[in-house]
Amino acid sequence: MSTITDQAAGAAQDITVPAQPWRPPSYWPFVLPALIVVLSVIIFPWLFTIWMSFQEWKVGSPTTFVGFANYLRLPADPRFVEAVGHTLSYTALSVVLPLVLGTFAAVIFHIKFPGRGILRALFIMPMMATPVAIALVWTMMFHPQLGVLNYLLSLVGLPPQLWVFHPGTVIPSLVLVETWQWTPLVMLIVLGGIAALPTEPYESAQIDGATAWQMFRYITLPLIMPFLFIAAMIRAIDAVKSFDIIFAITQGGPGTASETINLYLYSVAFVYYDLGYASAIALVFFALIVALTAVLLILRKRAQWTGIDA
Amino acid sequence: MIGRIGLAFGVFLIVSPAILFFLWMISLSVKHEIDNAAYPPVFIPENFAWKNYADVLASNRFFTYFKNSVVVTGGATLLAMLVGVPAGYGIARMAAHKSAIVILIARITPGLSYLIPLFLLFQWLGLLGTLWPQIIIHLVVTVPIVIWIMIGYFETTPIELEEAATIDGATRWQVFRHVALPVAKPGLAVAFILAVIFSWNNFVFGIVLAGRETRTLPVAVYNMISFDQLSWGPLAAAALIVTLPVLVLTMFAQRQIVAGLTAGAVKGG
Repeated sequence: MSTITDQAAGAAQDITVPAQPWRPPSYWPFVLPALIVVLSVIIFPWLFTIWMSFQEWKVGSPTTFVGFANYLRLPADPRFVEAVGHTLSYTALSVVLPLVLGTFAAVIFHIKFPGRGILRALFIMPMMATPVAIALVWTMMFHPQLGVLNYLLSLVGLPPQLWVFHPGTVIPSLVLVETWQWTPLVMLIVLGGIAALPTEPYESAQIDGATAWQMFRYITLPLIMPFLFIAAMIRAIDAVKSFDIIFAITQGGPGTASETINLYLYSVAFVYYDLGYASAIALVFFALIVALTAVLLILRKRAQWTGIDA
Repeated sequence: MIGRIGLAFGVFLIVSPAILFFLWMISLSVKHEIDNAAYPPVFIPENFAWKNYADVLASNRFFTYFKNSVVVTGGATLLAMLVGVPAGYGIARMAAHKSAIVILIARITPGLSYLIPLFLLFQWLGLLGTLWPQIIIHLVVTVPIVIWIMIGYFETTPIELEEAATIDGATRWQVFRHVALPVAKPGLAVAFILAVIFSWNNFVFGIVLAGRETRTLPVAVYNMISFDQLSWGPLAAAALIVTLPVLVLTMFAQRQIVAGLTAGAVKGG
């Protein structure tokens, strides 16, 4: 849309004022200060990271150019390969669960009921609260002996769990926190979609005697598909980068059982101070996020072609 | 009737995890160690341990960390408003939609990848003992939020008023200052609130850049864990104090927060 209008505006200018010398657009003074800030805190770090990724650079020693050596180290680094696996499983779970629960919550919050405003405010608190602060409380709740979660399990007759203290349950336990924290965001996005739906299909479905589930499955769900894709994309980007919760609760442990790429990147950069290698990890990590976003965009296109969101 | 019970159950199901969590957080923070270590757990203690809060507030470093948080969040938010609001206006009026790609890149970049080069830069500039590195790096979070939200608001504000002012001889700056800005006030509030919250909550920049004297509250609370592994009461009290300003803001500015989050900005770093 934007490109078409841009081109049209550009074409019109070319026709009407062909001989005028180029002048800077008059809104530039408004943008310039932000441009300087963006160049220095966003663009400069990017260029510097690219340059560093081709260097052997440990803090305290001089840099040497090593070409692609840092990148070639990656597939042979078992800790990195393992971290990729953790990141993918953590992300997959952290997209699907909030998406399902958030859609359910959006359907509920779309209905008018007394106290809806205040309950919605309480519902979105987990995502606004300081992540480190809530991670701390979750750590206490996960405690195998004194934690309240095992007490709650015992109430319904389930055996106690080791939660984040066992390699086999640490990722699902962290996903539980991530889901608790970010389901509200999915709810808000989907709620925006539901609020914009037309009412006519529901009226005619009601006349035809459709059940609430049928109406959701065959009217609501197809119509909110685009919003679900947006929510999935935002969720995937955030889950892949998740740091605060994992770092504050497990530091990637036990052992390296919950070490995602982001946590490994932290260790390489600021524990081992291997800055060249860390830069290569950062760039590959970024490429992975871009690829993930692209895959979701392609899926969305395909869903449109096959007519899922008619 | 059945529908109403079902709805009540559904509401309970989705809201209770949030409510119960924060109630439990409060419970942990007002209990003595003996109650926090009890099994089965005690929800409402017989003796409230207000001392937990007094201890946190009385510790001599708490106010240093609180002040650090206020300076970093305040500085990063005000600077972001100062450069971001005019930028949002300029981008909206120039219809320079492609520039939004920079914001998108900032949105998907992991915060840690800014840290490596900027850490070296701050070290080289000799800024590491001060709060400046944190203020500057928090701009990575606040500037994209402010620009993104303000583009959205300025695109929807009517351009006719501005054209009329221009015909009356107002300069572009005057049009911005006296016509566009007052109309965009709700947007300013949204941008400000979200920038404050996401800067206040930020943790990853602090653990790398903050020294003992320059910690912000989230970093300070994290550092309490290793020293006070077993004193849950004061730890929970500290966690609650850190996040309380954000929770209060969420309660009172729910409308602005929801508007901002659904505009697609949503947290950086």
